[in-house]
Amino acid sequence: MRTSSLGLFRPGQSPIHRLPPGTKLLVLLVLGAASVVTQRWWWLVAALVVASVLAYRLAGWGVRLWWTQLRPLWMLLAFTAVVHALTSGWQRAVADTGTIVVLVACAALVTLTTPTTALVDTIVRMAAPLTRFGVDPERVGLFLMVGIRCVPLVAGLAEQVREAQIARRATTSTRAFVVPLVVRSLREADALGEALVARGIDD
Amino acid sequence: MFNMILRVTENPVRRTTARDIAIIAVFAAITAALGLLPAIYLPVSPVPITAQTFGVILAGAVVGGRRAGASQLLFLALVALGLPLLAGGRGGIGVFVSPTVGFLIAFPTVAGLIGWATERVGAPYRLLPGLVVNTAFGIGVMYLFGWVGMMATTHLAPWAAIVALAPFLIGDALKVVIATLTAKGVHASYPGLLRSRTARAVAGAA
Amino acid sequence: MRIELERVSHTFGDGSTARTVLRDVTLTLTERRIGVIGHNGSGKSTFLRLLNALIVPTSGRVLVDGLDTARDARELRRRIGFLFTDPDAQIIMPTVSEDIAFGLRRSGLSPERVDARVRDLLVRFGLDAHAGHPAHLLSGGQKQLLALAAVLITKPLALVMDEPTTLLDLRNAAMIGRVVADLDQTVILATHHLDLLAGFDRVLVFHEGRVVADAPPAAAIAAYRHLMDPES
Repeated sequence: MRTSSLGLFRPGQSPIHRLPPGTKLLVLLVLGAASVVTQRWWWLVAALVVASVLAYRLAGWGVRLWWTQLRPLWMLLAFTAVVHALTSGWQRAVADTGTIVVLVACAALVTLTTPTTALVDTIVRMAAPLTRFGVDPERVGLFLMVGIRCVPLVAGLAEQVREAQIARRATTSTRAFVVPLVVRSLREADALGEALVARGIDD
Repeated sequence: MFNMILRVTENPVRRTTARDIAIIAVFAAITAALGLLPAIYLPVSPVPITAQTFGVILAGAVVGGRRAGASQLLFLALVALGLPLLAGGRGGIGVFVSPTVGFLIAFPTVAGLIGWATERVGAPYRLLPGLVVNTAFGIGVMYLFGWVGMMATTHLAPWAAIVALAPFLIGDALKVVIATLTAKGVHASYPGLLRSRTARAVAGAA
Repeated sequence: MRIELERVSHTFGDGSTARTVLRDVTLTLTERRIGVIGHNGSGKSTFLRLLNALIVPTSGRVLVDGLDTARDARELRRRIGFLFTDPDAQIIMPTVSEDIAFGLRRSGLSPERVDARVRDLLVRFGLDAHAGHPAHLLSGGQKQLLALAAVLITKPLALVMDEPTTLLDLRNAAMIGRVVADLDQTVILATHHLDLLAGFDRVLVFHEGRVVADAPPAAAIAAYRHLMDPES
């Protein structure tokens, strides 16, 4: 089961890789719920930040990959830290900014160490109790899989549309790109819908 | 292929057909593909304009409320599963605890609301009502969610959260306009997605 | 397998946009290899979709082994597999082996049995090296083989193929042709690659919604050529 080449998953043999996906998601959930409490002590949050870096070590990587996960957020994090430092003191700045860092880094770690398909299977299993509320877990899985499949399909269409645009020396406006992309995607959806029916999804 | 289109227009019973599944999946992928477009930096703001929320508005304006909402929910699920589909190649559950989480949660809601309102207005798709609907939900509701999410994650004061979000507004205003024009173009080249006002009146009377 | 069409007509749309694509077609098909030719828009695709209940005719009946396509669509699709022109549009699952296994997800077979069947097909079509790969990275010919494997996994009694080689190069088209020739199943194949029809039992020529020729390959192809270019 390797959908990995599409996702952020990085293969490995570390203890974190070998943990069942359900357990990892549970730890993450507990961590998120506990953050309401841990946020009261800045030193505890600081310790958790250090622990999150160590968790990346344990998974076989270093502080660089840890930072890669946080880099897109650095401006917002800096802004939050500065505002808190000015309005409520540096302890609050450490606690609140640090909590975001811990949660984002740990959630990213789950993603990095768990293959996409394993997560889909876990979600389908977790959705089982929802059957009584009219949720069909198998349907959920089907949606996720068809969705995963459509990403490269539409990306391929986008590439073709872009090439056609260049070939015709059309303008590079967003609209001139997106209209044909959406129209071709809708046609592709018609064909895919027909294929789903032919292969037994007729409701 | 044509019979599928017919089945939808002839049979307005609300259930998810195989074609709906395909459209939902394809629109989730379109939102993803738009995130791959290079970000544009305007000199007045440090925040890049990405095309991602463009996909949210477009889904609503093109395929109707139920399918649009479902497509963006699926998009978020794929992001959560670890596909690097957010602008800048981000993904994974980490983004759901980051300060911009409010915007993400808004995706299905906004797409659903825009789709619902667009269906109410009916075919043919017109620019002015489209612009009003897309601005009201695509910016109004989107930022309401984004603002609350920002405060919840960063514990910033309401004014500080507004300051943090303001730079995004310039790009989003631009996106709403382009998305509306795009939706008009799509409806022109692929008719039949929206039921016309007259057809709806007839169906309602029957 | 016995396929009967009784006075079948089909119209898409209504009012000013109505387009009649099949006109009063009556046929009985029992042969193992049936070809369908005709130019684009002649009604070939609609005819094929009728057989798999993807389309229910606006008038007339289609019976497959006595089952009416208007009523027994589900059972019918279990017996008849459908191969589309564009393999990209019919690959549903992200990876090669997952897509082949898709048709069995509600079959009640044990995971081991499913795996064994998937492996057989992977080996038979030379895809075993790609089992875990994303389907979209395959070449065009491999994608069509994957699509065929995904249809064959449910062991249908017949296969309906709508121009499966139109998007392929000559080498891949010939390769698909050889694979098709070796199938045990009944095959109903629409194609523009006329050489694929060598050895077929019966070939139907469609023109403007009607069957205008119904003969062994050589005679049918001659009739088709004459239709396209009456001078010849």
